[in-house]
Amino acid sequence: MSNVHAFIDNEVKTNDVVLFMKGTPQFPMCGFSGQVVQILDYLGVPYKGINVLEDESVRQGIKDYSNWPTIPQLYVKGEFIGGCDIVREMFQSGELQSFLSEKGIPVRVPEKG
Amino acid sequence: MAMDAREIEELIKAHLPDATVEIRDLAGDGDHYAATVISPSFKGKSRVQQHQMVYAALQGRMGGALHALALTTAAPDN
Repeated sequence: MSNVHAFIDNEVKTNDVVLFMKGTPQFPMCGFSGQVVQILDYLGVPYKGINVLEDESVRQGIKDYSNWPTIPQLYVKGEFIGGCDIVREMFQSGELQSFLSEKGIPVRVPEKG
Repeated sequence: MAMDAREIEELIKAHLPDATVEIRDLAGDGDHYAATVISPSFKGKSRVQQHQMVYAALQGRMGGALHALALTTAAPDN
């Protein structure tokens, strides 16, 4: 097990919600990462953002870790949830909100209107 | 580096012969596509697994030659 794998594994397992992304939650550097940030912020979900652009070994390492070729990647309670498409699809169907609640993650339900 | 929509479709169908594949070129630049893939072999698989099957069909091009492919997958309704 490499250092990178150990680093990623530790981040995924010690944080309830982790987003591996390009840029930071404040300044996403890619539209796909930005979309996931918007969804998480909209739901008021506390999460840790990890900027893969800061470390090439993490950028490649996270793809190997999950057998997933793209970034962003969202993890909840140690489980890989998906990339931008899956997160958006789950959000739009309401599945993401109920999934997070089931996992004990606080979700703000925005008021309608 | 860009890929032809037909090439993407052929790669997916070579790997998932029973799949219905619909590709849209979102920006007209041969680099931003949306694909909908419906296949009976997705049945009982999670979304992550379904997407991984499509990525496997693309043989490493996803994230490389193919920068942006918005993917929707599903098993057919019975």
